[in-house]
Amino acid sequence: MKGSRYLDGGLRVYTALIFAFIFAPILFSVVFSFNSQRFPTIPLGEFSTEWYAKILNDPDIWEAALNSLIVSTCTALIATFLGFCTAYSDYRYRFRFKGPYLALILLPPTIPLIIMALAMLAWLSKIGMSGQLYSIIIAHSVLTAPFAMAVIRLRLNQMDENLEAAAWNLGGSEWATMRHVIVPFCKPAIISALCLTAAVSFDEFAVSWFVSGLNKTLPVAILEIVQGNIDPQVNAIGTFVFLISMSLIIVAQVFLVGRKIKSSD
Amino acid sequence: MSDDLVVFENVQKFFDDFVAVKAMNFTIGKGEFVAIMGPSGCGKTTTLRMLAGLEAPTSGEIRLDGQVMNDVKPHERDTPMVWQSLALFPFLTARENVEFGLKMRGVGKADRKERALEWLEKLGIAEFANRNVATLSGGQKQRVALARSLVMKPQILLLDEPLSALDAHLVIRMQAVLTQLQRELGITFVYVTHSQSEAFAMADRVVIMSKGEIAQIGTPKDIYRAPATRFVAEFVGRNNILSGKVNALEGARAQIVTPSGVFAVEAELSMGQEASFVISADLVHFSLEQPNAENAVLCTLISEEFVGSMVTMFLESGDGQEFKVQMQERELSKFDLKGGDQVWLSWDAQSAHVLEGQ
Repeated sequence: MKGSRYLDGGLRVYTALIFAFIFAPILFSVVFSFNSQRFPTIPLGEFSTEWYAKILNDPDIWEAALNSLIVSTCTALIATFLGFCTAYSDYRYRFRFKGPYLALILLPPTIPLIIMALAMLAWLSKIGMSGQLYSIIIAHSVLTAPFAMAVIRLRLNQMDENLEAAAWNLGGSEWATMRHVIVPFCKPAIISALCLTAAVSFDEFAVSWFVSGLNKTLPVAILEIVQGNIDPQVNAIGTFVFLISMSLIIVAQVFLVGRKIKSSD
Repeated sequence: MSDDLVVFENVQKFFDDFVAVKAMNFTIGKGEFVAIMGPSGCGKTTTLRMLAGLEAPTSGEIRLDGQVMNDVKPHERDTPMVWQSLALFPFLTARENVEFGLKMRGVGKADRKERALEWLEKLGIAEFANRNVATLSGGQKQRVALARSLVMKPQILLLDEPLSALDAHLVIRMQAVLTQLQRELGITFVYVTHSQSEAFAMADRVVIMSKGEIAQIGTPKDIYRAPATRFVAEFVGRNNILSGKVNALEGARAQIVTPSGVFAVEAELSMGQEASFVISADLVHFSLEQPNAENAVLCTLISEEFVGSMVTMFLESGDGQEFKVQMQERELSKFDLKGGDQVWLSWDAQSAHVLEGQ
């Protein structure tokens, strides 16, 4: 009993350290974003919202934020739609070459981002579609669809195998069944997938930087500021980006994990 | 003929090389309660799924109310089913589950709500109408599943082992509910089960299937007292099965020599023919002294099994043939027997039923 208490305490400390390791840099960024001094040094200067005011008044940042919003929203919608279709086709049908088909679909996240970005740039410019906002959307959809597929496929696994047949049996056509049974059943996973893909797209830098041309997203804008000089504005933008991503991930988690607990009783 | 609701004509179903159902011919009448029974993998569920359109017959014809159903899609049929897993829609309330079919058929909002509530009321679960089905108990879910199918006012209701997930005391309750509903509504029930007690308690007729074929169709009493084949006799259980050769004929009676002794049966047999016959366990008499009966055999008591007030005794004759005797516990307690005791079994020649096949 005593031994397990020590172990328990040890594990708690260990977990706390891991969290500190992961979140300390972000926390520092948040702290320095409210610091009046230009250089990130300790002791801190006074509390200040100067850097926030600065980014709020910067039209470039506003434009980048708007671009990021458009890109991540469109990406989320497209990737989740694609992910849903793939997950459903995997769940429902058996066909030749299904193994290779699934492997190909799940491949994009395993490719190094820089390779992916270069390939995307080469391909999109070849077909005259690079340097546009939609170029980023296309690239991000390819990149994030597998995440959506994985999340939705997991949910379909939890579905009673007779549920679909039960809906047909009660007079629902295949489309009606899709609309009134499959989609509602997958709703938590769909919301989760939307948040997850939006978050990945919102944060993604490499691919955006390569294919965006003059349409900067927030991560690209941050890099450009950092390249120019050391500017605590970056901390302010970083804090903002971090908050948005974390909120999206938390919402995704709530829908993913929360429902699982409910449905298992 | 016009009273037939369902006709299976030479229906076969293959899954690749596996024969799930072969050359099936049978009819189900309007308002009949038919149970399809058999061990797992015998093709009973496939038969039911073909009726619902969830599997297409490989060959042959299925007709429902005179119409050929082979190419009719599941959602165009009026054959609602109660599933073994219930398959309730977990994201809907009890009432919304019941309304689902009506919604699919385009029934208006107010109308379908009223009809759903009516059925929930009828099955005694109206108070749970607005609860999510995930929060209901097994018995309540069962009733929602029934209401969901019956609200469609079908001519026929398909039930796929609907009670297998329930506790024993709930099974008895639901059996009563089902039997009463079926009588009241006058619609046809096709009930697939592996449970003999469920089938025999509720069905007008029982179809026994084995390896994709119908082994016997008959009333529960027919099947119990006069099984057609050894498979049916064994499947129904509580039967003593003896095999031997006919060595004497005497009018409509025959004598059969078996390893356990020579026994008389009432059947049209020929000299030298190999024959098997069964005697239901409850038709076997039991005594300590040698009885004055034409069919008697001395056995050793092996074990006893109690189910309520009934006891089944398992015994063995000198040659190792197993015998089963069923009797009231209060009858048996007079004898004060223990394992290894020798007792006499006997039965009337009329009680023996000769099997058609081997």
